[in-house]
Amino acid sequence: MSPRPGFVLEVDRSTPPTLFWHGEGFRLERLPEGTRLLYGPEPLDPLPDPVSAIRHALLHPLGDSAPLPELLVPGMKLTIAFDDVSLPLPPMRRPDVRQLVVEQVLDFAAEAGVDDVVLIAALALHRRMTDAELRHALGDRVFDAFAPHDLLRQHDAEDPSQLVHLGLTDQDEDVEINKRAAESDLLVYVNINLVPMDGGHKSVATGLASYRSLKHHHNARTMQHSRSFMDQEHSELHSSNWRMGRHIAASGVKVFQIETTLNTDTFPEQFRFLMRREWEWSPRDRAAFLASSAALARTPPRLARSILHSIRSPQKMTSVQAGEVEAVHARTTANVYAQQLVEVDGQTDVLTMGLPYICPYNVNSIMNPILVACLGLGYFFNMYRGEPLVREGGVVVMSHPTPWEFNPVHHPSYIDFFEQVLSETTDPIEVGKFEEAFATDPWYVHLYRTGHAYHGVHPFYMWYWCAHALAHLGAVIVVGGDRAAVRRLGFTPATTMADALEMARDVVGPDPTITHLHSPPLVMADVR
Amino acid sequence: MPEDRLLSPVAETLAGRHVLVTGATGFLGTALVERILRSVPGCRVTVLVRPTRRLDAPARARREILRNDCFDRLRAELGDGFDDVVAARFSAVSGDISSEGLGLDDEGRAVLADADVVVHSAAAVAFDAPLDTAVEVNLLGPARVAATIAGAAEDRRTAHPDKAPTHLVSVSTAYVAGTHQGEATETLYDEARRSGARARTHTTVTTEVDIDAEVRSARRLRADLETESRRADRLAQFTKVARRELGAAGVHLLAERAEKLRDDWIHDRLVEAGSTRARALGWPDAYAFTKALGERALVDGYGATVPMTVVRPSVIESALAEPRPGWIRGFRMAEPIIVSYARGLLKEFPGLPEGIIDVIPVDLVVAAIIAVAAAGPEEAGPSVVHVASGVRNPLRYGQLVSLVQEWFTAHPLYDSHGQPIVVPDWSFPGHGRVQRQLTRATQALRLGERVLGSLPVRGRQADLAAGIEERRDRAERALSYVDLYGAYTETEARFRVDRLLELYERLTPEDRGAFCFDPAVVDWPSYVHDVHLPSVVAHARVRSTPGRSTSVDRSERARHAILSPERHLAAFDLENTLIASNVVESYAWLATRHLPAGDRALLAARILRDAPALLALDRRDRGDFLRTFYRRYQDAPAALLQQDAMELFHDLLLAKSFPAGIARVRAHRALGHRTVLITGALDFVVEPMRPLFDEVVCASLGVDGQGRFTGRLDTLPPTGEARALVLAEYAAAEGLDLGESVAYADSASDLPLLECVGFPVAVNPESRLAALARRRGWHVEHWDKAGSRPALPMGPLDRQVSRWWARLDGLLDDVATGGTGLGRGRAKAGAR
Repeated sequence: MSPRPGFVLEVDRSTPPTLFWHGEGFRLERLPEGTRLLYGPEPLDPLPDPVSAIRHALLHPLGDSAPLPELLVPGMKLTIAFDDVSLPLPPMRRPDVRQLVVEQVLDFAAEAGVDDVVLIAALALHRRMTDAELRHALGDRVFDAFAPHDLLRQHDAEDPSQLVHLGLTDQDEDVEINKRAAESDLLVYVNINLVPMDGGHKSVATGLASYRSLKHHHNARTMQHSRSFMDQEHSELHSSNWRMGRHIAASGVKVFQIETTLNTDTFPEQFRFLMRREWEWSPRDRAAFLASSAALARTPPRLARSILHSIRSPQKMTSVQAGEVEAVHARTTANVYAQQLVEVDGQTDVLTMGLPYICPYNVNSIMNPILVACLGLGYFFNMYRGEPLVREGGVVVMSHPTPWEFNPVHHPSYIDFFEQVLSETTDPIEVGKFEEAFATDPWYVHLYRTGHAYHGVHPFYMWYWCAHALAHLGAVIVVGGDRAAVRRLGFTPATTMADALEMARDVVGPDPTITHLHSPPLVMADVR
Repeated sequence: MPEDRLLSPVAETLAGRHVLVTGATGFLGTALVERILRSVPGCRVTVLVRPTRRLDAPARARREILRNDCFDRLRAELGDGFDDVVAARFSAVSGDISSEGLGLDDEGRAVLADADVVVHSAAAVAFDAPLDTAVEVNLLGPARVAATIAGAAEDRRTAHPDKAPTHLVSVSTAYVAGTHQGEATETLYDEARRSGARARTHTTVTTEVDIDAEVRSARRLRADLETESRRADRLAQFTKVARRELGAAGVHLLAERAEKLRDDWIHDRLVEAGSTRARALGWPDAYAFTKALGERALVDGYGATVPMTVVRPSVIESALAEPRPGWIRGFRMAEPIIVSYARGLLKEFPGLPEGIIDVIPVDLVVAAIIAVAAAGPEEAGPSVVHVASGVRNPLRYGQLVSLVQEWFTAHPLYDSHGQPIVVPDWSFPGHGRVQRQLTRATQALRLGERVLGSLPVRGRQADLAAGIEERRDRAERALSYVDLYGAYTETEARFRVDRLLELYERLTPEDRGAFCFDPAVVDWPSYVHDVHLPSVVAHARVRSTPGRSTSVDRSERARHAILSPERHLAAFDLENTLIASNVVESYAWLATRHLPAGDRALLAARILRDAPALLALDRRDRGDFLRTFYRRYQDAPAALLQQDAMELFHDLLLAKSFPAGIARVRAHRALGHRTVLITGALDFVVEPMRPLFDEVVCASLGVDGQGRFTGRLDTLPPTGEARALVLAEYAAAEGLDLGESVAYADSASDLPLLECVGFPVAVNPESRLAALARRRGWHVEHWDKAGSRPALPMGPLDRQVSRWWARLDGLLDDVATGGTGLGRGRAKAGAR
């Protein structure tokens, strides 16, 4: 039986309550009759033999690229860059797709007698990965072969000696990327494309870039003009990255792009009910839901967090394509859409969403309030093509405990951003005035370079990610969140979903249309 | 009243006269000086003031007398003329009641010889004054004043042959009557003897006491106690208590504290001796007792040679009308009791509801003294006059209590949450019961305080301990009020005021208005409600308006001062100030970094086993502890540890940091302050934090020829007062002012560091420091730990390498066989 496509259900009297993620727990909410529930397609069937598929893709590249073995010659300088710990979510079970791909690339390289090979985690301004995380992404064999000899590196956007400036794009954007990558005879980039924004020219132009380069597209103005940044045809973020990518290619950097897509088989067996449609829950699903929500509710938050972060997702690869960047990315995007896109008829007044414990920036960490905002208003809000799912002046209702908590190792600048910047203003343009000071702060740079801290400027990017939603929406309501933290974000706290919907009525008028973005799985609305 | 007995107007009589006042910086003295300057325009006033180390007599007189709000009215009335009046009619001489000849120089003696009236109002008024002080001031003081007057009499006769001898008006107290029951008359003890009173009363007792013996034994007692307090076992006890209070705060601070405890011990013994001696002879306290003997010493010694009048007021309270209703100076006997009651702290106070509480407004006493001065001495010899209300216009204790209760019910005080405090009903229990209750409460709180103090709590829990201390303090104070003042609410003496009224009758009708001292004028309900209580509340710095607490504002203000650009330097302790971790955890992390999983658990178990001994040693002497503990690093490869330290910092230390603390360091840097880290941690451990600090003072281990740590320290970490010295040296070398500097620390062992700067900050203080900080009004920060922190101080499992640290293999074998292993015998040294 082939997987069923996504669809929209209208709530009626017989519809059971709807499941909401609520951080490290769940809520069951009975949404008003007439509410549309947006369900993504069921997980697509995985590739039966991923390794063969990878070899096939490497040997049959897309676009004007030659097969990988033809690009590998003895004595050459080969660099393999790969996506960092922010992908996929949750981290997938071993073997990670990156491991599978990198092993194949290395096999070809070995066959060709290439011995100058360096692996680089394309961190951009993300935190450095720990050894355990690298080992998980690349597998023991690759890790043990490369790490002890300093051939497994992490991109350092703050080390001038490791960067090279490749000039300006036609729009005067600085292009500054990793020197080893730029000066290699071949740069292979290994992607995991979880959402349509990932991959393409963004892989190198963002993943291996410096702050100087990133600031041209990671800013409030760009993000307000990316409607949405998940939709390549209407994304200024995308356009800027494409200009830079083309400039990089024109500068002589030879990129061999490998992109992979995963199905949305996101959670393991015991959390399978998350993926099921509520009216189809079996007694076992119901029991699993009751057991896990009761257990999580009784577990101290820190322990619940570490339990959930230890979940390894059973996601499987659904496609792999390699070759020239743009040709590869076009195919990849189509594959992502096939898994995530759901047609929706018209916009809604109120959009509800349940936010989980994890987002790309808090793997093995705390989902702090800024990340809550970013996941809701940056990611979920932007999961649309065409028109935003919620109308201009509409309301987003998100469910998350939003604790006033931060990880001091991963998010040191977030703490200060929350205390010092958001207490002054929540306007993304205004916020930008503080950016330079955070970006150049020597302490943050020190922690980014030597520890596992996101770059000092990173919380600003999270806030810019919300810029489109903040400009578009009439109000943002957070159900069940820490009141002080929610207010600091500039949002409105509500105790229950019913309260939140009442409050939303004050903004959008009585009798609003309500749509719920059901997640998991990841779903992208194709609003007609 | 025969016409000839009528006095001429007071102001006229005293015009051109010269009055010398002792005790002018006191409540009564200040009011007296003000009243003379304001209401007796022709009269000059000289005050006898003891110079302090900083201020000579005139300066002290200006600051402590003329600047008092008592003079506001005169200042307003005279406007610019105030200074002229002061210059023309007010002067100060330097002197001291407790030394022979009043410590006067020739000039001072000339001034004294010039004085027509000397009002001696200086006294040790505390009911719990130490015996020797009370004896020197209250017992010997009046006679000394009289002796000095007598000594200057010849000069006076020569210089002013036309003038009458100096008239001494000595202020005593009505309570010289002691625990007398029934009416007490305005008679001196010798009159009582002359009139042949047979009944044994306070007067006869006074007569029988051997004053010289009392004086000798009081002085002797002080000397004996000084010796006794220096006995070895006592000194050991003081040191022990100081150590319990301050912990390992360093030798000098402990010595300072122990010396203070010794002083306090002597003081307490003398106070106790005073009240015991007084009660043994039938007086309620040392004050009344020494005053009584003082009167006798005065009259016995100089009654025949110096014209004198004794004025005996009862309990002096705020002014009825002059200089303004409610004027009061200092916090007097009744006020603390009233405020404690209004705060709901004093649930009971002993007393007889039908007993008379003899209170007299200060302006009535002042008027009486001026009238006495104007009337001049009795020709028959020394005389005495009561200024008291008990007979003429009695205020019953029960009535007073209900007046106070009514008023505070209508005008409640507010607690820190802005909620009104409901005042308790007093049931007038007996003295004994209240005392027992309070004693029990105090003992229970003392115990709780000791228990909490010995627990390793910090931060908000430690604040709780400090809260208990505050409550214990209040209970102790309540107990001391009951002890001290209980007798006054249960007094059964009624002070007759026949002579006072007779004097009043002799005033001209105008003066009876201007210098009114007839106790009948006081309307008690209106006095208590409209005059006294509003004044007490205004003085007591209590919250008399609803609304939110101002303590938030206070800490906000303190933070503002700390983060002002004017500050020079900010010094930080590391452990538990910036990071909720310690040297033992860092060691455990580093030691387990490259161990296989099984061995890690063994090592952790080993460290846990040693923990109590380590903790005890740390508490006793931080320096010893660090030296001993760091030997465990012996033979560890230095280069590897230095490399691991970076990971240690991010994996353990930063994860266990207080983000607000790190933010504070950065805030200081942003303001251009120098930041200094002073810690006992090792250099390579704190290396990753260097970007935060301009200067890092820490420990460093020696390295041998093979690049292994020797386990001995190259640089000793500064502990205790050494920290203050290091900081002082740094500040001096850099030209920075410690008075303008900030220091952050968490424990009492950092006291020297905190004390040496102008802006000390206690961070998540442990209970001893919390108590100290609260007492000294230091700013306290409660910094929360970050949201995620590792449960165990162990590095991530190193899958590639195990047993890199060869020396640890030996340790683990030892653990398995129960041997000593790494740090051989050192844990034992810790336990010694």
